[in-house]
Amino acid sequence: MANDGDTASSTPEAAPGPIPVMQQVLDSPFLLLFLGVTLPTVLYLIWGVMEIISVPLAD
Amino acid sequence: MTAIDAGAIGVAGEAPARVAKYRTCRFTGLRIEAQAEALIKVNAVAAVVFLAIGGLFGLLVALTRWQAVHLLGAEWFYLVLTAHGANVLLFWIIFFEIAVLYFASAVLLGARLAAPRMAWLGFVLMVAGALMANYAVLEGNSSVMFTSYPPMMASPWFYLSLILFAVGALVGVAVFFGTLMVARQEKTYDGSIPLVTFGALTAAIIAVFTIASGAIILIPTLLWSLGFVSNIDSLMYKLVWWGMGHSSQQINVSAHVAIWYAIGAMVLGARPLSEKVSRMAFLMYILFLQLASAHHLLAEPGLSSQWKIVNTSYMMYLAVMGSMIHGLTVPGAIEAAQRRNGFTRGAFEWLRKAPWCNPAFSGMFLSLVMFGFIGGISGVVLGTEQLNVLMHNTLYVPGHFHGTVVAGTTLAFMAMTYLVVPLIFQRDILWPRMATWQPVLFGIGAGGISMFMMGAGTLGVARRHWDTTFTDAPHAFEHAPGAFLMLGLNGIFAVIAAIGGIMFVVNVVASILVGPKLGGAQTRPLTFPLHQQAAEAASTYGSHATVKLPGTIILVGLFFSAFVLYYFVNWKYLSELWLFR
Ligand code: HEM
Ligand SMILES: [Cu+2]
Repeated sequence: MANDGDTASSTPEAAPGPIPVMQQVLDSPFLLLFLGVTLPTVLYLIWGVMEIISVPLAD
Repeated sequence: MTAIDAGAIGVAGEAPARVAKYRTCRFTGLRIEAQAEALIKVNAVAAVVFLAIGGLFGLLVALTRWQAVHLLGAEWFYLVLTAHGANVLLFWIIFFEIAVLYFASAVLLGARLAAPRMAWLGFVLMVAGALMANYAVLEGNSSVMFTSYPPMMASPWFYLSLILFAVGALVGVAVFFGTLMVARQEKTYDGSIPLVTFGALTAAIIAVFTIASGAIILIPTLLWSLGFVSNIDSLMYKLVWWGMGHSSQQINVSAHVAIWYAIGAMVLGARPLSEKVSRMAFLMYILFLQLASAHHLLAEPGLSSQWKIVNTSYMMYLAVMGSMIHGLTVPGAIEAAQRRNGFTRGAFEWLRKAPWCNPAFSGMFLSLVMFGFIGGISGVVLGTEQLNVLMHNTLYVPGHFHGTVVAGTTLAFMAMTYLVVPLIFQRDILWPRMATWQPVLFGIGAGGISMFMMGAGTLGVARRHWDTTFTDAPHAFEHAPGAFLMLGLNGIFAVIAAIGGIMFVVNVVASILVGPKLGGAQTRPLTFPLHQQAAEAASTYGSHATVKLPGTIILVGLFFSAFVLYYFVNWKYLSELWLFR
């Protein structure tokens, strides 16, 4: 199989040294779960419910 | 890598009562635990059964909207439409997704499934819910359609069935998180989880918000249908319901993007161009995609423009950016892999010489293209507050989401099934020729119904409407004749999609039951072979950095031009409706 020279696949991203912060965040499923539930709960649900509640009632 | 050891490898787990049994896959070398395998099987089978039922209902709906055929009467139309939505969008998709979660955790990480008893309980709840929902709808008192907006009221069985199904799915999601923990503790992988698993994690996270929203709204609605609650505010219902209804579509997107990466890896040995970039794109989904639930409420009074625009524009575009990144990196990874496989000539040899006869590949690639061009572009247009008024509640809406959830998700899941049957059921595909044509036929059908429903919607035809000609209306109204042409074409392509769907179901069921055996001492090769590095590419963390991707750049350029053009054509169209002179 003719190869393109760049077979040096799978870059050694797990190189020794401290793991970058962002990678640590992405490696924490429960932190991501927390963020992924909180953000829509606040911006979409809670804010939306507040707006609906503040619609004045007709009498 | 060709040895089979189906025996028990004792693993020191927390509960010594249950010793996990593993086998080693002869094709990938992956270690597959028996309970995970059994649960993937039952969930996949249930999924296919409900696709068959729901797809048939879809055909009946399309044949009714084809005015020359107008198959069903009005009562049956709304009943069948309700049954269609629930069976395909809930039961087919979510059973399959639970199978994907177990595959991406237990199989790809080589771990045992956490709490298999719970997983079985979840499965039983889901089956009970799905059967009960079909009973409730077919009985005739729950023709409330997919959104079930109050004040329309279904029978209590309907709401109860959805709650049972959702609880079952939540149990499945919890088992997925548990399995990630087990894999980490038992050190079945090093470093970070592979990208496919990360995509599944994204889907699982969104599922938690989805199911929580569903519980918040369906429980009071059940009580209302039983007479314990006197009134459900319809706007409040819509708000919370769409937290579930929209977010569940984002589970689908995350799951099928993960599957695109998985199929690229398994069939072509494709690795992500950059794990970092792709994972950031999934992070955009986790953070922002669910906010777009608000695009279903763009026409509601009572919610401010600030709320609408923050949730559907500023923040939402970050999630769209996530999709654009995947739209670049998925074909990019495939091009890079194909160039490594030796197809280096010109801009497109990698694509021309791709394994088009392999239904896993062709289904995946068609899903990618149609999801982007049909579902994606129309979605951004519909989700823009100003443009939304052009198409709100017309057939354009089902046109758009058949582009995402049928041409995109369903086709991707079908493609994946062609790998699941040999690798998990250990049966080869019984009719390879039929399998080769199936994604093409289904793709043409699905693409067709999406486009023609969008066409009819652009001409003003309402969605969910039995009486397109307004025969009983006090004021006569006539659609442009083109509208009926669109509905007729929709009917024809619905038949094509249905044929493609039947070919899928028949071939998969037959292969599982009587397909050539691959397990045990068999040495039979696969009809649709995997790449030599399939397992490594799919199940380990790591990138293949390449920037030399001329073909992908051209494809992406084409996509952008189509996107920009269509977006501005719609603004132009809008400006003609609102003449400020
Ligand atoms: C043979 C394939 C299919 C055909 C011919 C088909 C056709 C249709 C048609 C004509 C409508 C009704 C439009 C209207 O009058 O409002 C519809 C609605 C719908 N379809 Fe499909 N469809 C198919 C497959 C699917 C699949 C695979 C999914 C999901 C994964 C899906 C999800 C839906 C949903 C959610 C609705 C809306 C139901 C509602 O308004 O309550 N369809 N489909
Ligand atoms: Cu939506």
